[in-house]
Amino acid sequence: MSEPVIHTEQLTRKFGEFTAVDAISFSVGEGEVFGFLGANGAGKTTAMKMLTGLLLPTSGKAAVAGFDVFTETESIKKNIGYMSQRFSLYDDLTARENIRFFGGIYGLSSASIQEKSKALLSSLDLLPVADSRLSDLPLGWKQKLAFSVALLHEPKIVFLDEPTGGVDPMTRRRFWDMIYEAADRGVTVFVTTHYMDEAEYCDRVSIMVNGRIAALDTPTAMKDSFGVTTMDELFIRLVRPGAGEGI
Amino acid sequence: MTSAVEVKGVTKKFKTVTALSNVSLTVGKGELFGIIGADGAGKTTLFRILCTLMLADEGRAEVLGFDARKEYRSIRSRIGYMPGRFSLYTDLSVEENLKFFATVFNTTVEENYELIADIYTQLEPFKKRMAGQLSGGMKQKLALCCALIHRPDLLLLDEPTTGVDAVSRREFWQMLGRLKEQGITILVSTPYMDEASLCDRVAFLQDGTILAVDTPVGITGLFTAPLFSVRANEKHKLLTRLRSYPHAKSVYAFGSSVHYTDHRPSASSEEIMRYLSESELQEITIERIEPGIEDTFMALMKTDDGSHHE
Repeated sequence: MSEPVIHTEQLTRKFGEFTAVDAISFSVGEGEVFGFLGANGAGKTTAMKMLTGLLLPTSGKAAVAGFDVFTETESIKKNIGYMSQRFSLYDDLTARENIRFFGGIYGLSSASIQEKSKALLSSLDLLPVADSRLSDLPLGWKQKLAFSVALLHEPKIVFLDEPTGGVDPMTRRRFWDMIYEAADRGVTVFVTTHYMDEAEYCDRVSIMVNGRIAALDTPTAMKDSFGVTTMDELFIRLVRPGAGEGI
Repeated sequence: MTSAVEVKGVTKKFKTVTALSNVSLTVGKGELFGIIGADGAGKTTLFRILCTLMLADEGRAEVLGFDARKEYRSIRSRIGYMPGRFSLYTDLSVEENLKFFATVFNTTVEENYELIADIYTQLEPFKKRMAGQLSGGMKQKLALCCALIHRPDLLLLDEPTTGVDAVSRREFWQMLGRLKEQGITILVSTPYMDEASLCDRVAFLQDGTILAVDTPVGITGLFTAPLFSVRANEKHKLLTRLRSYPHAKSVYAFGSSVHYTDHRPSASSEEIMRYLSESELQEITIERIEPGIEDTFMALMKTDDGSHHE
């Protein structure tokens, strides 16, 4: 692994008496696809907020894209990409307008936005619909565009928060093709998902339980060490020890 | 009357979008019936029509023997509806929400408590907490209790497990199994294919059209092509390599393996192996497998959404 793009040591966040994130330590390397799993309420969102510069940690250390999460949160925000299922693009703007809007937010010059816009729309085969409102486009297209817009300012790392929630199985897989392509270009991908088959597509995964990282490894090594055959079994084993068979 | 829901030729349009197109389906009494489809497939529109919150443009919907257009009052008192978006009062406590819904339906929490006891005991420690302050899993459990408190004959659950982790999803389906044993008919929608296998019957919905309705076993029976599960040391390279195989029909990542079908009806694993061996891939294994629900759904899906074809 080269210079880590994310590095945390004993990173902790408390809310009053409650410890949402409890001394987590891990590193994510350049071009790595890192799956960040955990049950609802395990502390994933709080951890993501700290790593994206939206929430100050209580204690510990962390750097993202080379910037400190305590003192350089503005630089973090400028140097990362972010996409979630709930918030990505504006539905009542066209594809072209969305690119211009987010390019402006990231401080790109007009000339650069123009150039990128053209390249992006043509590489995504979106030129014929570039001036239709996004609400008229199929979900698969919107998602491709949202991912590309998150990478518009060429960040070293992109955070994807449940990017495939509610999406059909075909679109879900196409989305992962885009993730792989970005990773091949050296972009680090930090992704959360509730689909356990998607955990298998990551280079490494971590599973959070009650604010701590309960396991972190490649999917294969992790399954081997717990003596299970699927990530689903592994997840259930870690999150609800003692639970029986199920989905 | 043997069916709980009877939908015949229902069409619903919103301006230029056809949300439902000539949809027909029957849900038997006591059935646990799943509507499987992605965002935008038309699931919520169908639920709203059945809940009498929206009228179909064409066709007819009957719920528990009542006409959804004319007899909506009779339907409303006999169904429990859990919308996809959390719709309880966030500024009422857990206890107050439950009491409120019981009162609206002219009953009391005590009268039907045994029906929800199993679920509500998990919420009891937080009964004074505002509903808005609950975790995702807890909100979902409270919403289910509120939908059940008047002991409905039919439960309509619109994407109850979207955004819910794998363990909580599993527990939720165990609860549905117990409610089914109490004789309640359940119509549930989900984007998760693995949940389809837990239903008595499922309908696949895409772009407002029903692709298939059958038992989970019957559904997978629609998949007739030989299906291979292929593994190798590098998954992304394996996908790329298989996709460039001239005989490849479909190539999809499936967890730790890749599911592959061939254009030739009698393709053998030896031939595929030979092709893959000519690359830098290692630790290659190929085995013939039985298709699952997700394989079948993708095979039935129309792929004209503008994205590239595999």
